[in-house]
Amino acid sequence: MEHAASELVPVAVTRVSYLWLIPLFPMVGAIINSVLGFRLQRLFGERPEMKGGRGKQLVHAIAVTMMALAFATACYAFVQLRALPAEGRFLQQTLWNMFSAGRLTVDLAFALDPLSMMMVLIITGIGTLIHVFSIGYMAEEPAYWRFFAYLNLFVFAMLLLVMGDNFAVMFFGWEGVGLASYLLIAFWYTDPEKAKAGMKAFVVNRFGDFGFIIGLMLLFWGLGGAWEARPGLVRNLNYLPNAELHTAAGGPNAATADALAPRVDGIKVGPTMNFRELRDQVVIEATGVKEHLASSTVWGISLLTLIGMLLFVGAMGKSAQLPLYVWLPDAMAGPTPVSALIHAATMVTAGVYMVARLNFLFVMSPSAMGWVALIGALTALFAASIGFFQYDIKKVLAYSTVSQLGFMFIGVGTGAYWAGVYHLMTHAFFKATLFLGSGSVILGCHHEQDMRKMGGLKKYMPITRWTYLIATIAIAGFPIANGFYSKDEILWKAFTSHHLALFGHPVPWLGPFIYVVGLVAATGTSFYMYRSYYMTFTGEYRGHGGHHHDAAEDLHAVTTGKKATDGLKAKLAGHGAASHAAHPAPAHPAPAAAHGAHDEGHGGHGDAHGHHGGTPHESPWQITLVLSVLAAGSVLTLFLGIPVLWQHTFFHADTAPALEHWLEPVLLAQVPFGHGTTAMEWLFQGLGVAAATIGFVAARAVYKDNRNEAALKAMIERWKGVWTVVYNKYYLDELYELVVLGPSRRLAGALSWFDGGILDAAVNGVGYLTKAFAALDGAIDRYLVDGTVNLVADGIMGSGRALRLVQTGRISTYLYGALGGALVVVLINFLLP
Amino acid sequence: MQISLSHFLAVGALLFTFGLLTVATRRNAVGVLMGIELILNGANVNFAAFNHYVVGGVSGQVFALFVIVLAAAEAAVGLAIVLAIFQTFKTIDVRHADLLRE
Repeated sequence: MEHAASELVPVAVTRVSYLWLIPLFPMVGAIINSVLGFRLQRLFGERPEMKGGRGKQLVHAIAVTMMALAFATACYAFVQLRALPAEGRFLQQTLWNMFSAGRLTVDLAFALDPLSMMMVLIITGIGTLIHVFSIGYMAEEPAYWRFFAYLNLFVFAMLLLVMGDNFAVMFFGWEGVGLASYLLIAFWYTDPEKAKAGMKAFVVNRFGDFGFIIGLMLLFWGLGGAWEARPGLVRNLNYLPNAELHTAAGGPNAATADALAPRVDGIKVGPTMNFRELRDQVVIEATGVKEHLASSTVWGISLLTLIGMLLFVGAMGKSAQLPLYVWLPDAMAGPTPVSALIHAATMVTAGVYMVARLNFLFVMSPSAMGWVALIGALTALFAASIGFFQYDIKKVLAYSTVSQLGFMFIGVGTGAYWAGVYHLMTHAFFKATLFLGSGSVILGCHHEQDMRKMGGLKKYMPITRWTYLIATIAIAGFPIANGFYSKDEILWKAFTSHHLALFGHPVPWLGPFIYVVGLVAATGTSFYMYRSYYMTFTGEYRGHGGHHHDAAEDLHAVTTGKKATDGLKAKLAGHGAASHAAHPAPAHPAPAAAHGAHDEGHGGHGDAHGHHGGTPHESPWQITLVLSVLAAGSVLTLFLGIPVLWQHTFFHADTAPALEHWLEPVLLAQVPFGHGTTAMEWLFQGLGVAAATIGFVAARAVYKDNRNEAALKAMIERWKGVWTVVYNKYYLDELYELVVLGPSRRLAGALSWFDGGILDAAVNGVGYLTKAFAALDGAIDRYLVDGTVNLVADGIMGSGRALRLVQTGRISTYLYGALGGALVVVLINFLLP
Repeated sequence: MQISLSHFLAVGALLFTFGLLTVATRRNAVGVLMGIELILNGANVNFAAFNHYVVGGVSGQVFALFVIVLAAAEAAVGLAIVLAIFQTFKTIDVRHADLLRE
């Protein structure tokens, strides 16, 4: 990143014709399975005993094949991209024009640059593995086809998000992954808790999307007039004046829109949806757009800061940052592969990806960067602390994900974009391993998620245990796996960044402060991850036998209205009784009926595995294979991020880490980091390892083999107040209930009253008025109009009746008439003068 | 007393009037036919009188002869109609022949 600004040139584009295949394959898979999946399963058998269960095999064969094809295409693109010179690594394909208006033209177009290439490889690669995992995990699921259709739909949307060449396509993907996430969280929709969790994810994301779209509009608006405000800067101005533009705008197409665009030195300037055009006009200083944006303000606030903050609000929702993280822990209601794919490896990183993609915008506003980094750091610490005392293995991982996303935002916020993105990648590997490992554990323990009812599983599930341990080492930050390299780089960059600002004022101590917060969070990470490892895999298996006790109610009962302390006592009493109910308590205290529905959703699992609480067993080969591959990935990807310091010391080379080098063409932002000495760098790496070790040792001391249970209980009793607050997630859900949901509900109630009481009355009043008017109109019609018509008819009939008498048919009568007439004529002739 | 045109016209008018009254009042169809003859003859008197007093020559008399021939033809057709009426209504009372009303 040592380029001088003057060297920046427009992106050289290589147009290719196969990019559309990458999202097409999962889309086709989703369509086939959603249309035909149900029939396939019915026709060819669902279960092994029915025609060999070929139906499900067909379903997953379609889904996995499509994913593998997408991955293969992505690999082909990667090979082609690598062969290009670094500055020209940009593959692009325009399918068709979606709409044009005036100077704006929006195409359905895909693009791959090193950043999105990395994302596509993660999505399709890890996505394929998770599809394979799902074959084993969801084998007992009746709605197998629906699950795979949704998974493919999700991958399709995610690929749109990262491959979109413009904001419009990206936004389709952005909303598409939200939809797929909703569908998959609420996959077992017969359970109201799970359906509610899906809805919560969807609604919370709407808050974020609102900020995101306003940010986009502000950016679009801010780019407008970029060439008009500073006429002196604009050269080779070649665009139609507004009047002519408006006459030409009657039937614009892509070509006219392109011709209408104002250019400076051949570079399009002005409002655009296209990432490449945006990047070109912002990073090339000759256009003057950068100065224009930097000098714009809205209501006295720097426009760039506002844009950055609002875009980050979108990222907060999608990437589960404070305060919009609340949906992610609840999203664990979905099947575990979903948690791994969507809520750990791919979708939740969309916010990080977006900030990294727009790095050239964020870097212009230290305030926005400070905001991003600070929120990231606070989230990292906050979520890690909640992770300390969760008992649901998936909840621990969920809070861990929130925390790790915080780390990524520290990275992209402080300007260490490549480090943030690298952490995104390492996290995708180790968190997918952890989630899938927990899925394997849950399957092995017969759908038990409470870690207090596990223990000693290393004896039963050796492969799961080793892979889980490797991933734990990775996330804790020991240098033998990838997590250390990304986390250490992030924290080091945070410490050396002195350029961050808050609300327009430079705050030089913000970087070191974030470092300290991040280091504490890293210690916590190590602690809760080793805690989950020791609770799950060491000691004696606590899941079977035992007496039934009535206190199997989770502390989360506070949400249902019970007092926290009562629940706590019940919990402790329950914990004291060395064993637990054979039937597991749900993660959230679902009512018995809901729990029954959940079991129904699982189909005949109980039949297949005997009663709940049997001996744990290792998972089928699809699962262990995927776990092994991902664990290997968690180790091997460390070679992408060997720090310069190590290369210098061990190999006497000065090359940047492989991934940093690869991402260099995309991440143009130049951030002035401070320079630490080599000794300091070693020291900070040591501190990182020390933090991991402290967490590890503490967790080992307390939780290994479950031997310190009594001491632990005493400690909890002693610090009960604090423990309760943390265990209940700082009552943030309750705070949401109080601050957001309660008023929302009251507002909804008021609106409902307004609707029922006032609007309906008005509508009904209008109805009555209309009815009365219609009655009046009817009367007029019936009596006045019809009366006249009838009168005429009656008159004619009467006169006809009268005249009929005259027509006798006798000639003589007529003759009298003729005579009379003749007489009258004669008389008139004589009488008149 | 000098017989003038007026006297002839008066005779013609009387004949016409009697004829007309006969046609109008008689119930017997044959009587009606006779009334028609009277009317025609009233007209013949006028033809002859105007020819003698006003025009001269013979054209008036020729007209009168035509009318007599016509009257003969008319009587023949009329009697045929009366026979048809009789066959239809079994009477020649014109009050019953009111089929025109239909």
